[in-house]
Amino acid sequence: MLLQVDGLRKTFGRRVAVDGIGFALDVGEIVGFLGPNGAGKTTTMRMIAGYLEPDEGSAKIFNIDVAQDRRRAQERVGYLPEGAPLYGEMTPWSFLRFVAETRGMTREAARHAVRRAAQDARLGDSIDRPIETLSKGYRRRVGLAAALLHDPMLLILDEPTDGLDPNQRHAVRDLIKRLGEERGLIISTHSLEEVEAVCTRAIIIDQGRIIVDKTPAALRDEHGSLERAFAALTRGEERV
Amino acid sequence: MKKRPGIASMTAVYRRELLSYLTTPTAYVFVAVFLFAIGLFTFQIGGFFEARRADLSSFFAFHPWIFMVFLPAVAMRLWAEESRSGAIELLMTLPAPTWSLVVGKFLAAWTIAAAALLLTTPLWITVNLLGSPDNAAIFTAYLASLLMAGAYIAIGSAMSSITQAQIVAFVLAVLVAFLLTALGLPLVLDFFNEFVPGAVAEAIARFSILYHFDAAQRGVVEFRSVFYFISLIALCLGFTALAVDARRGG
Repeated sequence: MLLQVDGLRKTFGRRVAVDGIGFALDVGEIVGFLGPNGAGKTTTMRMIAGYLEPDEGSAKIFNIDVAQDRRRAQERVGYLPEGAPLYGEMTPWSFLRFVAETRGMTREAARHAVRRAAQDARLGDSIDRPIETLSKGYRRRVGLAAALLHDPMLLILDEPTDGLDPNQRHAVRDLIKRLGEERGLIISTHSLEEVEAVCTRAIIIDQGRIIVDKTPAALRDEHGSLERAFAALTRGEERV
Repeated sequence: MKKRPGIASMTAVYRRELLSYLTTPTAYVFVAVFLFAIGLFTFQIGGFFEARRADLSSFFAFHPWIFMVFLPAVAMRLWAEESRSGAIELLMTLPAPTWSLVVGKFLAAWTIAAAALLLTTPLWITVNLLGSPDNAAIFTAYLASLLMAGAYIAIGSAMSSITQAQIVAFVLAVLVAFLLTALGLPLVLDFFNEFVPGAVAEAIARFSILYHFDAAQRGVVEFRSVFYFISLIALCLGFTALAVDARRGG
């Protein structure tokens, strides 16, 4: 199994952010995390990526426990954090080189990996301009390229198409579908249309729990549309 | 062939951090202010020319006091800026041991300090033109100063790891640095002497940066002083690593 998540739980002070999330993911699957803001999607992704340690439960990538053997697990994961934070004063080229070398690649391997990832993420000719001068959509693609550098089997992308224009969004969705053929992907999104377009499975999270884990087609059949399914299954109110 | 993971990520972090210092104006401004301050202190307050001696004692004597402010300013961004921008999430999801990130960043800041010290060497040349100083002693004092600079940067790194605000990191680091430096001042020692036996006051003084730099700036290297500075660096970097790792706990 590519990814096995069991009983993940995380609290921040008295607030329970993730409350017993468990699911499994195989190669060839593209899972879409859906849910209201504050539902626990990002916290779950952060625990799988090894940024946060769970209070309880485990995430195992190829049977490697992320909390127990973090670095070995992280070698197999590509992660795009929410908002794609980058170093603004660097160019995409030097930034990607930095990520590749921090991952332990030799200079030659890093150069090769950066060229390939830049091509996959369609970074084009702005690769030598400081990141802080680039558009939000472009920065998102730089973050995506950073997640792809080491050709990981598991990709975790937190809102990969947020801030992209329709053309860019289309290109990233094509890339996600293509990557999903030989890997496992988890993406979080607020776009139900995106889930229909790329995901093989939809997991709806609310108040730190999984309330639905089905194919988008099955959800649509039950509720008429994904919008109606989402509205019916999650609390419609804003959480703080 | 993969390089050893810790060393590779340390080198990558060091290079990135150094590049970041060199591509933003802050480091240049800090170094310029440092050089101006050290010149002012050496010549105006230290009376470099008035002393009519071919040595650099009036120069080295001010190092702890200027470093105390200058180096926390250089180190304040190391971790605070990562947390503020969110880039720390990226850094901590790379398969790199925490120590490699901590040491890489520390070494980059230390390199800036070393560059600042290097830029003061015209003064060394000047005393050689004016007279015949004890160059071995001056060289030793430079090494001691560099080691001491490492300690101040490590303090700055530790304080930077516990906040998202660079200015808070700076103020805390100056405070800690001041306490550690001033413990060795006669003024502070006299104060302690009123309350505790002389031996205890003496012991307290031995934990001060000033105490250990005092002998070194006259050109005498004592093993315990080298040990003191290296321990202080290790302690502060250990603290930094713990603070950075504590984030994973939420």
